[in-house]
Amino acid sequence: MTIKQNLTIAVLVVLDALASYWVGQTSQSWLPPQAAAEAILVDDLFRFLVTIAAFIFFGIEGTLLYCYFAFSAAKGDFSDAEPVEGNIQLEIAWTVIPVVLVIWIGAYSFDVYRQMNILGPMQVVHLHLPAGVEPAYAATPEAGNPPDEVIEVEARQAAWSFRYPAASQVTSGELHLPAGKRVRLAMRSADVLHGFYVPDFRIKQDIIPGRTIDLSFTPIRPGRYRLYDSQFSGTYFATMTADVYVDTPQAYRQWLVRAGAGQVPAPVPPASKIAEPSKVLNSGWPTVGPSPRQPEGR
Amino acid sequence: MVDVTSTRIGGEPGRPDPADWRRYFSFSTDHKVIGIQYLVTGFFVFLLAGLFAMIMRAELLTPASDLVDRALYNSLFTMHGTLMIFGWIFPALAGLSNYFVPLMIGARDMAFPRLNAISFWLLPPAGLILLFSFFVPGGTAQAGWWSYPPISLENPSGFWLNGQALWILGVAVYGVSSILAAVNFVVTIVWMRAPGMSFFRMPIFVWTTLTAQIIQLFGVPAVTAAVVLLFFDLTANTGFYNPARGGNPVIYQHLFWFYSHPAVYVMILPTFGVVSEVLPVFARKPLFGYKTVAISSVLICVLSFFVWAHHMFTSGTPDWMRMFFMITSMAIAVPTGIKIFAWTATIWGGKLRLTAAMHFGIGFVATFLFAGITGIMLAAVPIDIHVSNTYFVVGHFHYVAFGGSVTGIYAAIYYWFPKMTGRMLNENWGKIHFWLNFIGLNLLFVPMHFLGLMGMVRRISSYDPQFQPLNVVSSIGGFLLGVSTLPFLFNVIFSWTQGKKAGSNPWRALGLEWTTTSPPPVENFAEIPVVTGPPYAYGQTESPPLSESPGQP
Repeated sequence: MTIKQNLTIAVLVVLDALASYWVGQTSQSWLPPQAAAEAILVDDLFRFLVTIAAFIFFGIEGTLLYCYFAFSAAKGDFSDAEPVEGNIQLEIAWTVIPVVLVIWIGAYSFDVYRQMNILGPMQVVHLHLPAGVEPAYAATPEAGNPPDEVIEVEARQAAWSFRYPAASQVTSGELHLPAGKRVRLAMRSADVLHGFYVPDFRIKQDIIPGRTIDLSFTPIRPGRYRLYDSQFSGTYFATMTADVYVDTPQAYRQWLVRAGAGQVPAPVPPASKIAEPSKVLNSGWPTVGPSPRQPEGR
Repeated sequence: MVDVTSTRIGGEPGRPDPADWRRYFSFSTDHKVIGIQYLVTGFFVFLLAGLFAMIMRAELLTPASDLVDRALYNSLFTMHGTLMIFGWIFPALAGLSNYFVPLMIGARDMAFPRLNAISFWLLPPAGLILLFSFFVPGGTAQAGWWSYPPISLENPSGFWLNGQALWILGVAVYGVSSILAAVNFVVTIVWMRAPGMSFFRMPIFVWTTLTAQIIQLFGVPAVTAAVVLLFFDLTANTGFYNPARGGNPVIYQHLFWFYSHPAVYVMILPTFGVVSEVLPVFARKPLFGYKTVAISSVLICVLSFFVWAHHMFTSGTPDWMRMFFMITSMAIAVPTGIKIFAWTATIWGGKLRLTAAMHFGIGFVATFLFAGITGIMLAAVPIDIHVSNTYFVVGHFHYVAFGGSVTGIYAAIYYWFPKMTGRMLNENWGKIHFWLNFIGLNLLFVPMHFLGLMGMVRRISSYDPQFQPLNVVSSIGGFLLGVSTLPFLFNVIFSWTQGKKAGSNPWRALGLEWTTTSPPPVENFAEIPVVTGPPYAYGQTESPPLSESPGQP
């Protein structure tokens, strides 16, 4: 290759790198606010992946576009191109470099995952154990400190309810969490699979009926967020949302006191939550509607 | 095995005249008739399931659930997914492989022609069973194409003949069809290659068909068994999965994804093959790094069986499992990347004939690259935990299935239509189709990634207002994509009857399928060809001469 060609390639690589860096920096704006400590870790990893992805994406798409315009055969040219069958060095390069990249991305992802676990074990499943036997959780080594706050979550078709054992059995239809403290949710499902998902926390965990599933994380940013059911759970799946409030520790304590005195809204019965607009097209099929059914196995 | 003597070619009393259209409605054992049966049946299903998607996109124009009731919406996405995968992409690819693998390896037919016909004729009943479920008391299955228990066991109508049971039946019949076809393809490719056609002289399309069908052979039994057990839970009150009866719903997820992730490679590998055929022909260059491309197909095939649990990172899987499947899922990017680099290097320095087929070929590489990149992100456990079950996954998957598989199928049809029908497709309408398709699919699926990152969950018919603008863009793309099928449809119908005559080799392509007439006679070759060289020797051997009606752009 001539010096001019080498220089051109070098300039293009630098431009690609700059553009990818810029896209990587922009990636934060695609995501919701960072309302939990875990979100910061996940977003850093995401920015890293987007930067690398953008570099590869621009590089290859740019090459394809260049080929599309530069190598188009003239009308009436029926000749063949120079028969290049391959290039061992190039083929080794584009095998080895992705292998190294994959190891790097894997190691970084592993590290982020490990840190999320130190902040609070992401999830611990109480396996099928006969009642009375100490659940597997006790045997799981915990890297971090025990949680500051334990809240019981119950999912049932189209509704969430939250119980605060620390505060004289308060039950609520909205989730309140203290900022800056590690919380552990002990989650149960009354019927089918559900998923606990608050985008602003970047965490998600399926809830499997018949088990108690623990999920730990640390909310950090006071505000109001949305909890969604992330695992399809029936006809009214889309309506299975709840408000999540991250309060300052003081406001959280006050809320618990008020809740204990019955001054906060009780859990909304699922059926009354759904005021359905009229539809253009109705199937008339029977459905398992949202109903205040009793949870199983309690 | 097929009789390989040349005495039976054409005009044999038992075989219908090749020009007779009625043979497409008969139990024909000719692999070329069966190939077209697969493709045409698949395309009808594609249009129908696409219509379902357009109804969903119309519902998602507004945050409220105001177009179809929720049960019907759930039914639409369930049937859309099931029909697109089992009724369109698998059959369309099986059709292409059916038509071209025997031609490309120099065989007279598939190894088991009658079995081949049975594989095809299982499809219409399977599809009809699924569609019939719209008319049973409880409506169709509504638990998504995964049909995870226990939600799939609810059966709100309480009736024994319910949508979920019919779904299981339909999928099981599709499964049996796929297993039979897989046996046939693997035996054909291993045993029926023409003299001189060693493994490393096989076109990449044959390699990718072989690897995809090996996946089918080992994978489909798992999913078929999984749904059969689901059927027992549903109708016989067993407790394999039902937690209320002591079952374990997570086992179903393992069995389901053990096949259904490799299934994605079944849907994409043959289109890798198509692109590896199309690019060299229209770049007039050999495929760059033929051997590494062939071997990477084998690597993908093997690795694809070790990645399934990345669908279950949020399902309560233990840490070691999350980490193991993260690494394997990322590793599969390496052989896939090798192919993308090889295709790019193939067109570099070529003399590109930018035909409609070439547009779809290059378009495939461009869109599939994006699918691969978001795939790596999904493999990273911490990212996956955030975007799992959101529109990010829906967007990623559709870049694979539409940007990849469907674009590849279109490339194959534009490339091989002259061989299948003896007539040329209209190139200008082909390019209009390409651009409508390309713009439509990007407009439809790019916004989904952003919606997913924002936290919009999949499978919902109503959503929070902040998600509306991107959903509107996405829906417009969806309608455009619907419209884009019209020029294609009219082009095919018109060209099949009125198109320019193609001659045997309009693209001046190398490859055995181009050495026989268009369409090829029954039993393909007057004499079984002897293969003496590599498959993509453009610029190395004398190119085939310009035929009487050149298919040049």
